[in-house]
Amino acid sequence: MTLTSPAPSQETPPKTARRATRDFASVLRWREIPVTIALIVLVGLTYLANPLFLSQQGVKDLLLNATIVIILAVGQAMVIITRNVDLSIGSILGIVAFSTGTLFVAVPGIPIVLVFLTGMALGALLGAVNGLLVTIAKVPSLVITLGTLYIYRGLNNAWAGGTQYFAGDRPDNFGALSVDTIAGFPLITLIAIVVVVIVAIFMASTRPGRDLYAIGSDPEAAKLFGIPVTRRVLLAFLSNGILAGLAGVLYASRFNSVGATTGTGLEFDIVAAAVVGGVAIFGGSGTVAGAAIGALLLTTITSALTAIRVDKFWQQAIVGLLILAAIIIDRVARIRTQKKLRLSEARDV
Amino acid sequence: MEFIRPTTGRRTRRLFAFAAVAASVALVASGCASGSDVGTGAGAEGDLSVTFIPKQLNNPYTDVVLGGGQDGATAAGFTGIEVVGPLEASASSQVSFINAETQAGTSVIVIAANDPDAVGPALEEARAAGAKIVAFDSDTNPKYRDVFISQVVAKDVALIQVKLIAEQIGGSGEIAILSATANATNQNEWIKFIEEELASNPDYTDITLVAKVYGDDDDTKSFQEAQGLLQAYPNLKGIISPTTVGIAATARYLSTSDYKGKVALTGLGLPNEMRPFVKDGTVTAFALWDPAQLGYVAAFAGKALADGTITGAKGDKFDAGDMGEREVGADGLVIVGPPTTFNADNIDDYDF
Repeated sequence: MTLTSPAPSQETPPKTARRATRDFASVLRWREIPVTIALIVLVGLTYLANPLFLSQQGVKDLLLNATIVIILAVGQAMVIITRNVDLSIGSILGIVAFSTGTLFVAVPGIPIVLVFLTGMALGALLGAVNGLLVTIAKVPSLVITLGTLYIYRGLNNAWAGGTQYFAGDRPDNFGALSVDTIAGFPLITLIAIVVVVIVAIFMASTRPGRDLYAIGSDPEAAKLFGIPVTRRVLLAFLSNGILAGLAGVLYASRFNSVGATTGTGLEFDIVAAAVVGGVAIFGGSGTVAGAAIGALLLTTITSALTAIRVDKFWQQAIVGLLILAAIIIDRVARIRTQKKLRLSEARDV
Repeated sequence: MEFIRPTTGRRTRRLFAFAAVAASVALVASGCASGSDVGTGAGAEGDLSVTFIPKQLNNPYTDVVLGGGQDGATAAGFTGIEVVGPLEASASSQVSFINAETQAGTSVIVIAANDPDAVGPALEEARAAGAKIVAFDSDTNPKYRDVFISQVVAKDVALIQVKLIAEQIGGSGEIAILSATANATNQNEWIKFIEEELASNPDYTDITLVAKVYGDDDDTKSFQEAQGLLQAYPNLKGIISPTTVGIAATARYLSTSDYKGKVALTGLGLPNEMRPFVKDGTVTAFALWDPAQLGYVAAFAGKALADGTITGAKGDKFDAGDMGEREVGADGLVIVGPPTTFNADNIDDYDF
């Protein structure tokens, strides 16, 4: 046993690396392509039906609608890739959005950067609580975060009561983040793009990032392999919390009111965005770029159906179909990869 | 046997621990819930208690109504005043709260129904147990309540909104309505009167109502519905939003988009929420009543019902404290007052 295991590991690095790139390419081929094509077709058809859909204001609205969902979906993707899920993000976003409103009223003239940092710190704290409960209590994250969903929402209700803060209570510069554009891109959308790029690089080419995939593929094997599973899972929840915090601050910048119910029911839209974007719900595969495209697709569907005056009911049905399609694609991809792996292993032997 | 005893012992101990935890959680929770009690709930024989069940807690408009309700209830002489209610405005969410009040033997239940029929069976049970039912803000089916306190004559609310939008779009063009939920009683009644007025009044023949959309009284949803309206109807000249959440969300969207100043917006809004949009020119004028008066009159109506002064029949009169004497109209309807129009000249005179 002791002899056989180090022997192949000395030999295999180039081979595994090659296989990894090959798998990575096939993952790309299978997972992001369909959702990207769906997005292009959707935008194209809607544009033909209603040219106003891609007017300057139309494009700006599309990007703005997607921004907050993209940031949340990227965070959620990190968690799902480790074979966990965080259902409390709507509540985290709500608390952070309300605290942002409170902060601007309580501390007049507070620098906007400080508000961002405070919001992200609060999100990090709440995300870390999730992470600690999941890793220490060893209870499935579905249950833990369902609990914290209600706890965080309860805290928000107790804190906010009937108080709401409105756009008028916040400085114009802050609100302008979701109005002003650079080359057609609203400033908060640029923030989201930066987030996607940073997290994508982290997930694709750093050790801790790759560890998250390993943990999601097989948690037991990952532990045996010496990956600090607890620390990595905690990191995923913490990062997700930070991103939910960032999204909360941006929510306060974009929308009119923040209060006790802000962000209610958001979590399932976000999980749906990640799954549609090709993040496998059982962990181990998918990319944050895919999740971001999934988020863009789902928010665009809402706008597209409204722009061509289709009943709202159909929108939910279509989202449901997309989720099913994503799962079928995932299943087919998995069977193909397993077959390929089996063949290549057979050749190796 | 010896193996079994320790196991059962451990299991009972564990059960005990679980029960203890559950009980203490419940105690803490009920302690929190009773935090909203203003007076003592269960009083001596003859003491009157009133419970307000709004559509949804933590809603700024509801808070103003309830504030007036609590003032009214204190002035009317209720000893136990409570506010309970769901955190979301869904059709069936109020039922469990009504049942709890029936069991507690509350004398008067004041309710704003999320759905006119969903609360029916629970209210019938409450009445069977001796409670008087006052509907306010949004009516239940009339057979389930004694009186309904309406802010204003529903038709007046509809007419003032049509008049405002007609003025703002210059008397002709396409308009749309952005409402709350598709089954909200008050919203649908206003919309019905708006449609009738547009169809029957010769002054409005050039105005076309092209769409009715529903933002579910959710900020984000209303925001996106507003966005969708402007995209789907490029010739849209104005939007009527007869809900405080909808009008504020739409105003926020308009004020941050190219449509600012090009598309008119009116409806029912809270002055505090709408102030920045009136000041920056997004909104010229909108309407509302004083919500606190609504709760105030509802409390007095409840007292009169519980005392037996009125039964909810047409022509019954009762004293409503500072609001003077009120008369019950047909179908148990009590009207509070005429709507007020808010614009840049008078908005600073109001604080709610």
